[in-house]
Amino acid sequence: MPIRFELNGLPTDIDCAADRRVIDLLREDLGLFGTKEGCGTGECGACTILVGGEARLACLMLAAQLAGRQVTTVEGMTHTPDGAVLAQAFVEEGAVQCGFCTPGMQMAALAMLRQNANPSREAIREGLSGNLCRCTGYVKIIAAVQRAARDISDERRA
Amino acid sequence: MTDRTPLCAGKPDLRGDATAKASGKERFAADHYPDLLLWAGAVRAGVSHARLKAVNTTDALAVPGVIRVLTCADVPGPNRHGIIHKDMPVLVDDRIRYPGDAVALVLAETREALREAVSLVRVESEALPAVFDPAAALAEGAPQLHETHPANTLMAAEIRKGDAAGALAGCDVVVAGEFSTQVQAHAFLETENGVARLAEDGSIDMVVSSQSPFRDRLEVGAALGIPFNKIRIRAPHLGGGFGGKDGATVQCLLAVAALHSAGRPVKMHWEREENLAAGYKRHACQLHYQLGARRDGTLQALICHLVYDTGAYAHLGGEVMELGMEHGGGPYRIPHVLVTGKCVFTNNPVAGAMRAFGVCQVTFAVEAMMDRLARELDLGPLELRRRNALSEGDTNCSGMRVITSTGIIGCLETLRLHPFWEQREEWKEQARPHTRRGVGLASVWNAAGYGGKVRDAAIAKVELTPEGTVVVHSAVADMGQGNSCAFMQIAGHVLGQDAAQLIVRQPDTATAYPSGSSAAGRTTYTFGNALIKACEELKARLINRAGLLFFIDSDQHLCLVPGKVVHPPSGRELSLQQIAGFMSQEDRVCISQFVAPVCDPVPDTATGFFIGFPHVIFAYGAHLARIEVDLLTGVIQVCDYLAVTDGGTVVNPVMFDQQVEGGVAQGLGYALMEEVVTREGRVLSDGLSTYLIPGAMDVPNIVSLAWQGHEATGPFGMKGVGEVAMNGPLPAVANALSDACGIHLQHAPLTPERVLMAMSAGSEEGCKGPAPPVESLGRSRASSVERPNAHTL
Ligand code: FES
Ligand code: FES
Repeated sequence: MPIRFELNGLPTDIDCAADRRVIDLLREDLGLFGTKEGCGTGECGACTILVGGEARLACLMLAAQLAGRQVTTVEGMTHTPDGAVLAQAFVEEGAVQCGFCTPGMQMAALAMLRQNANPSREAIREGLSGNLCRCTGYVKIIAAVQRAARDISDERRA
Repeated sequence: MTDRTPLCAGKPDLRGDATAKASGKERFAADHYPDLLLWAGAVRAGVSHARLKAVNTTDALAVPGVIRVLTCADVPGPNRHGIIHKDMPVLVDDRIRYPGDAVALVLAETREALREAVSLVRVESEALPAVFDPAAALAEGAPQLHETHPANTLMAAEIRKGDAAGALAGCDVVVAGEFSTQVQAHAFLETENGVARLAEDGSIDMVVSSQSPFRDRLEVGAALGIPFNKIRIRAPHLGGGFGGKDGATVQCLLAVAALHSAGRPVKMHWEREENLAAGYKRHACQLHYQLGARRDGTLQALICHLVYDTGAYAHLGGEVMELGMEHGGGPYRIPHVLVTGKCVFTNNPVAGAMRAFGVCQVTFAVEAMMDRLARELDLGPLELRRRNALSEGDTNCSGMRVITSTGIIGCLETLRLHPFWEQREEWKEQARPHTRRGVGLASVWNAAGYGGKVRDAAIAKVELTPEGTVVVHSAVADMGQGNSCAFMQIAGHVLGQDAAQLIVRQPDTATAYPSGSSAAGRTTYTFGNALIKACEELKARLINRAGLLFFIDSDQHLCLVPGKVVHPPSGRELSLQQIAGFMSQEDRVCISQFVAPVCDPVPDTATGFFIGFPHVIFAYGAHLARIEVDLLTGVIQVCDYLAVTDGGTVVNPVMFDQQVEGGVAQGLGYALMEEVVTREGRVLSDGLSTYLIPGAMDVPNIVSLAWQGHEATGPFGMKGVGEVAMNGPLPAVANALSDACGIHLQHAPLTPERVLMAMSAGSEEGCKGPAPPVESLGRSRASSVERPNAHTL
């Protein structure tokens, strides 16, 4: 079926099965490999994208659910001002190791920062609790989100 | 150009791979979808032990989009792979030895068709008696898994130093315990996957998520009878490995698929369920310990017996057990030691390499023994460890004289000064109602390198491109630990270049040189040493060629700075691109080899090991956990964690902390929640909601401190720290639990159920009243709580 939605700020028309998983649509049909698959069953968060500004799991969504929605993947995120600051914070705080969780982790963090511009460490832990990372122990990820929150609000003030 | 700063060993230079990963641009193996690809998937046996009768493919072949269903008849060559023992069939041709064995291989146009067809392949087999408990597997009359290994014994070995039995009998104090540890899954986020294609010249080109691309070439070649030069393996950045991608996972299957796909590329990507069912695992282990000391706290004798369950195939089981045995006595001076070990085949999933390779099992036992000994002797647990800790010149528990850097005392002393230790009593007193607080310690160590009888070598290649960029051809995969970033830093340091001037290529067997696996805490150490030599050679050459171009008689005043060679006395300079233009292709490449040191002479303490004994370089650490136990629910909350680590001189402080923090988190999962549950070899923990790993709410703040020594043999004085941190959390938390509640759990993981059970089995006052005085915990009690059983198997 034809589906029209906005992908990373660009109007996008596709024709695919209504029940195609969004993660397959993004990765295989549209070549956006930044959205990762770690489980396929909604347990790891590696496939997190933003739909209408909210964090969603691309492995559990079907193509038809995107109709008319605004979708942001990591590829689009880094071109938004907040997203660029967040990605830079991940780099500078050492929050990236294997990097396989990183795109999903950042998308979840971005959605959280939109709700709560100045989260405590505990709030960050809670906000990221659906995103698993096997490499970092989360210490530097939490530091990166804290730093991003600071840098984003500094930028706003400037 | 002048304000460019070269990279510098010792500085927290940013990881060269982070930006591409954070922006989603890095292409992992999983991100390869070549045009016209076919999907390949394995059909798993589903039964524990059986003789294969037939594979019925009719229904599967009838699924639209299914191209082929391959069976053992389609596998060329010996159809056996394995790192040391070639005992694992690519596709079963005779006997099924565990439910995860691959029996058939489906090729399909789509993943949907693949999935359907895999479920429709009928495996006909005749059941054989099976065995799942290592003790039962060792018993007479047990079903046998491999004719080559009688009594289901992959390896039986011992380390004997002095007269342990005699010395133990003469000890003032002896403690004993029986422990067991569970199966752990690596649970890397990127599951096993790759793509392969058969080229027109008959060679196989593979991109795979692998820790050992050069060895993969050997494994695929040997299993399928293909000449090595007809196999090219590329290993891009891995989405985690931790040992689970060391050895063939998808490689042989993919190569078989490629041979039968008429030149179309094939892609195989295990789903999480398949990863848990058929991926390699950490060995479950049963441990019997007796440790004795003199009244003054001097350790005298250790006797321990270890049984490792290696599952259906050998993989690296014998070597895993070897390393566990070598670490059986902890980083302490013990004059009399007897460690015996058996590595046993069962019809359980295959256990192989995992971070801290056999060592985290023994660390649990020996560190619990140390705490009990401290209580018996009325000595502080830190004091007892400090008194017995190894120093350079001592002989370790396997009889090896330690001559490389040995910082365990430094780590313990650093820990002693930390507020978590100094203020432990005040902190414990602040426990909330219905909770009890405890502080626990563990000394840890972990060998680096392959050990005796295996050449631990790396060959580094650096190349100056015609454009003047320096390319490091890494030959050891980067599974996320950042070795490729360390290589960039090392090359930048030696060559005086910044990140803009450098590229690190991930391993490609066509352009790099065999350098071993990314494993054993040897990746940065071994390849880094080779790389320093190669870069020094390139540096000398660039300066020399610049000197020729400047028409000067000596290289003395020339220096290499970012992007150019300068001659300060004359103010002249040449860009690296200009110099490259002057050099032939051959001249622009430098290659150098490093071979890691081995123990010489080898102590005569060990018998039964094939390879891997002994090791000469060890990372050390001292760990502390502060926990709060909920007396109503039995839940252990780890409030704070401190890890002091001796990894020699730190090349990059951020990457050092990354390794320690990640190892601690994985160790806390092992301590508290992770367990692969199986029934008759079938994995019941089939997803990340049944196999739980720590999330952001489960991991405390981790304080990582470096105790910086200098490892004279290491690149810039470093030694690997990828594994050592994994060893601390289980014993540190278990010891904190003893401190908090006076209970001594001997079976991991330390689940709330076990905590509650042990508390109700203990004395009422001991659990609910004030913490028991140390004197009340006598020897008999220390060794009698909980008996081992088969629940972990
Ligand atoms: S891949 Fe979607 S949650 Fe794991
Ligand atoms: S960085 Fe590897 S899973 Fe998070």
